Formats: sequence, structure tokens, C-alpha cells
Amino acid sequence: MSMSRPKTKRLNRSLGGDLLLTFVLSLMAIVMVLPFVYAVVNAFKPLEEFYLFPPKFYVINPTPENFLDLLTLTNNLWVPFTRYLFNSLYLATLTTVISVVVGSTTAYVLAKKNFHGKNFWMSMITTSMLFTSSILGIPQYVILSKLGWVDTHWAIIAPVVGSTMGVFLMKQFMEGVPDAIIESARIDGAGDLRICWTIVMPMVKPAWITLGFLAFQSGWANSGSNLIYTENLKLLPTILAQISASGMARAGVGAAATLLMMLPPIVTFVATQSRIIETMASSGIKD
Amino acid sequence: MFKKKIKDPRPTIRLKDDLVSYGMMSPFLLMYLLMVIAPIATAILFSFTSYDMFSPPEFVGLSNFVYLFVSDSVFIKSLANTLQFAVVTGPLSFILCFLLAWIINDLPPKLRAVITLVFYAPSISANAYVVWQYIFSPDSYGFANSWLMSLGILDEPCLWFQDPTISLFLLMAVQLWLSLGVGFLSFIAGLQNVDRQLYEAAAIDGIHNRWEELWYVTLPSMKPMLIFGGLNQIVTAFTVGDISMTLCGFPSVQYAAHTVSLHAYDYGILRYEIGYSAAISLVLFIIVLFTYKLFAFAVSRIGR
Repeated sequence: MSMSRPKTKRLNRSLGGDLLLTFVLSLMAIVMVLPFVYAVVNAFKPLEEFYLFPPKFYVINPTPENFLDLLTLTNNLWVPFTRYLFNSLYLATLTTVISVVVGSTTAYVLAKKNFHGKNFWMSMITTSMLFTSSILGIPQYVILSKLGWVDTHWAIIAPVVGSTMGVFLMKQFMEGVPDAIIESARIDGAGDLRICWTIVMPMVKPAWITLGFLAFQSGWANSGSNLIYTENLKLLPTILAQISASGMARAGVGAAATLLMMLPPIVTFVATQSRIIETMASSGIKD
Repeated sequence: MFKKKIKDPRPTIRLKDDLVSYGMMSPFLLMYLLMVIAPIATAILFSFTSYDMFSPPEFVGLSNFVYLFVSDSVFIKSLANTLQFAVVTGPLSFILCFLLAWIINDLPPKLRAVITLVFYAPSISANAYVVWQYIFSPDSYGFANSWLMSLGILDEPCLWFQDPTISLFLLMAVQLWLSLGVGFLSFIAGLQNVDRQLYEAAAIDGIHNRWEELWYVTLPSMKPMLIFGGLNQIVTAFTVGDISMTLCGFPSVQYAAHTVSLHAYDYGILRYEIGYSAAISLVLFIIVLFTYKLFAFAVSRIGR
């Protein structure tokens, strides 16, 4: 057990190298953070500042006007705004749980069980990931409509259950779990579901936390606009796009909506990343 | 670690294992077959037909593929663009992802969370790359043009994404900026999962510098994540299309930023030539498959 042992001493470090690295990283960080800055600045810009020359990367007279306008517009909707918000939150949460549960269970079988057809399914999954996702669009729609799932939330959920990304990610991590641990749990009388959830999952915590975040991010951004037509089933991105897509006068409202859409993934990201860090201390449980 | 191969002679045990395995995989397998395999199989079948969604598909053999390479000069152009794009951005973004994850991994935990967020920022909002449209807008209102003109570097506004001589290079830059996504996060998670004891053992065994440690300890333990991240980068690099459509317009000036994915989109979604579009996607798939096999082979040589 190396629970609290400090990391081995750092090899070959020089002050000059560290400084150079810090400089390069800072420079990159500035370029990477541009869309954040731009989204925040734009959300607080009064309308006239959107069309200034030369354009500004900062705001002269910050105003909450855009958010108030957004509120007014959303209050005038036929279906209450909270309905769309609820739909998106509920589906994002549900698909996140599904991704992690289905992905991990399947990955456990593929990584740690012996069964007929294992290699076949594994190479099938890998190969199908190499197709462009756009190829799925039309046939998927046809199948969903044959099943009667178009215009229901099943149209959003079904593709997530069959998604290969989580399975592949989890399988890659679970392969590193020593077989000896699983064997000894089996001798102690644990079944496969139990081994998967109480033995293997804690050991690959960074993986499922990352998967959970990615699933939430894509669930939250999913607009489902070509699959769902009934007003009170629609998702938040659809409705925000609809509100802000009404000409130049709505530029500010659009910017406010963009910023609000970015917030939940950012909060989730910070929460999950700190979780990944926590697991570092417990990774000594291996062997 | 060597794998124990235990051939169990008792067929009932094998049967039970099969039942448990398929039972646990059944929700995934069912939806995977319906939502992924069935659509792919349909597309493959369509690629040998002429099909416009209104009249039934008509079998045409290989003529879609022949036409692609013999008569479709726009396809050849898009193929050249895509290959050029993928050869530059694929390896670069993969290496960038790994190096950054590796550097960040050594930082104190709180700082690391913040820096990871900063580098992941372009991927957090689905179309953050639109910001480049404002920066490089082709009129004198654009940030880049107004700065460069006030500094006296440019006399008249540069067309940037509308300029066929530079648009593809600008797209490559945007792609690199976007590249710290899924693969990057999986590398960070993977580095956290490397067994600390391996580092201690390596130090005792006489590993002297960080590069040796990287090659003999870190990279071999990271192989599964390298495969995952690499697969993502390869697919992203070869299927580029959305950023081109948003930033360079569709179709781009003189097809300078036209890609194979966009060509498939053009025929599939806009012209309803489903069969031809499927053939385009299939050609792309074969290129991606070949590249992935090559990559997987390279990863298997790591640490030797």
C-alpha cells in the first residue's frame, strides 16, 4: 500500500526549463481561453457595442440588459421556459447515468470475462467507431420512426444506450485491473455484477468520472431538433436557438443564452476534475 | 502480465459464462445493433445502388466508386484537402494532447483542475470555434484585420477563411486549437491511473531522467488510453467538415476547404443522392481504417 507516500523525487528538473514551460503554457492558455472571454464579454455588451468599429474584445458599458431581455422573451413563450430547462436537465442526467452504467457493465464483460464471440464483438465495436457519425443520421431516423420513437424522448435515449464511446473508454481502463483481484473476489463468492460495481469500478474511478462528464456535456448540448417536434418535449438548445435567431437585434440575447448554456458543463467539469484528483491518493489499492 | 488461459472442460460452466456475459451486455448490444450496426449496414448496401429516397434503390454495382475516382474532380480535390488536413492535424494534435496532459499531471491538484479547464475550454461549448469567425472576419470590422491594418502590416482587409490560398491552413490551426478534447481528458484520467509503484520500482532499477521514465514506464502503462485517444483523433482529423462549413462557408471558395465529409453531406443531404453519398463515406472509412491499423501497430511497439 502506498496510500500516503509522496511521489518519487522529481527527475531532472531545471529552473530555466520550468520557466520556459510556464511561459509557453501561459501563452497557450490565453489563446485557449478566448471563447470564454468572448462569451462573457458579449453577454454583457449593450446592443450598440456589437457593431462598433474597430471591434472590441472588452465591454465599455456592461449591462444586464441581455439577460433581462432573455427573461422577457422566455416569459412570453407558449410553454413555460422551465419546461424546456427541465427536459434538458432531466435527459442530460438520465443519459449520463445510462452512459456510465451501461458502458461500464458492457466494458467489464469485454475486458474481464471469457465468452464465445468476445473477439468478434470487440473488433466490431472498434471498427464501427471508425465510421463518420454523419453516416448514421438518415438510417437511424428511419429506424427510430419505424419503432415509433420519433417525437418521444426515446429518440434521445436509445442512441446513448448503444453508444460505443463509453464502452471503449471503460474497457481500455478496465484491462489494467489485475485478474488476480477479480479471481479472489470470485472465490469469496461474489457474482459478476458485484465484482464489476464494488471491485473494478472504484479502481477505474478517473475513467467513469471522465465518461460521466463527457456524457453530461453532450446530453446538455443535445438539441434533438430534428427528432422532437412536440412543444413540451423540446429541449433547451432548440428553444434558445429559436429565440436568438431572429435577426441582428437579438445578438445580445443570443450571447446571453450562449453564456448560460456554457455554465452547467463548466460547473460539472470543475466538480468532476477535482474528483479525479481525489482518486490519486487511493490508487495504491492496486495489488 | 501474462494471461492465464484456463480451458474449462465442463460445458455447463462455459454456457453459464456466456449467459452472464451476454446478459450483462444485452441493453448495449440491442441498441448498438439497432442504432449503429443497422445504419452502417444500410449505408454499405446503399453505396452499391443509385437511390434518391423517393424511388426504390437500384443496384449499380461499383459504378459509384468508379465515378468517384474517374469523373468527380471535386471529390479528388476534397480527398487531397482531407489527406493534407489529417496528416498535419492528426499527429500534431495527438502529441499535443499527450504532452499537455503529461505536463499538467505534475502540477499541484488545484492548479491542475484550473489549467485543465482552460485547455479544455474550446471543447466545452459545442461551437466555440465561431469566435474565430469574428476574429478573422473578412471585412475591416474583423479583429485581425483592424489590428493588422492599424499596425500598417496590411493595406486592405485580408479575406482569411474566404481566401483559397490560406483557408485550409487556417482551418488546420483552428482544428489544433480544438484538439484538446475527449482524448486529452482520457489521457489525464489515464495518467492518474498509472500505478505509482511502477515509478518507484523504475527509480530503483536505474531510470535516470524523465524521458526514460516516459518511454519505459508511463507510455507502456498508457497504451490502452493512447489507443482510445488516437482513435478519436484519427476519426476527428479525417472527418473534418463542420468547422469548414461554419468558417469557410459552403461550398468554400474554389473548393479550397472542401472535405470528403462535406462532399458526402453535399450529395446525401442536399442532393438526395444517398447511394453516391454512402460510397463517399465508405471510401473515407477505408482510409480511416487503414490509418487506425497503422497507428495501433505503432502503439504496440512502444517501450521496446
